[in-house]
Amino acid sequence: MTKQYETVIVLTPVLLQEQVDEAVAKYRKFLSDNGAVIVHENNWGLRKLAYPIQKKSTGFYFLFEFQADPTLIAKMEVEYKRDERIMRFLTIALDKHAIAYNERKRKNASQKKQEESVS
Amino acid sequence: MATTHVNGEIRYLNPPAVEVNKKKYCRFKKIGIKYIDYKDATFLTKFVNEQGKILPRRLTGTSLKYQRKVGQAIARARHLALMPYVTDLLK
Repeated sequence: MTKQYETVIVLTPVLLQEQVDEAVAKYRKFLSDNGAVIVHENNWGLRKLAYPIQKKSTGFYFLFEFQADPTLIAKMEVEYKRDERIMRFLTIALDKHAIAYNERKRKNASQKKQEESVS
Repeated sequence: MATTHVNGEIRYLNPPAVEVNKKKYCRFKKIGIKYIDYKDATFLTKFVNEQGKILPRRLTGTSLKYQRKVGQAIARARHLALMPYVTDLLK
């Protein structure tokens, strides 16, 4: 029985751009290999942290929204813990209200993009 | 507030606008918001005071069910460093 999850990872800013992409590609592959369906990905890029983590004040934020088997989450979090490029991560199970919210947000975002491209 | 000293007692010319207690309402029930997104830090800062602490229900007027959701969302935002745990005045 697959549930819908959302995970946000914060990578250290010390990395080069391709190291960031490589790390993200690693987890994308990890998810798709283990039978997870990635619904949405979002790269917030470099952002300022509200408080320093590991003496660093900025971080690369990346968000995965995916459907997976609950047993996969523990494995994934072990991977996160083992990877020292990741300063912080947070995995959330989404209920139906959260899923509806995310759908609506994506729809509005795409509509706005169409309006901008039209105007 | 124009005040006059009448036989030693301060009398206000125009009555001080006493805060008539406007009915507080839960904005989530009123608008029908069902999910509070922990990633939306700008929205969550409405429920936090200058020091970054969560405002109590008696000030914001939110119902218990949504106050817990707000608290949980803020805790998650703080974990991801989207919001500070404690900060100085300017927020």
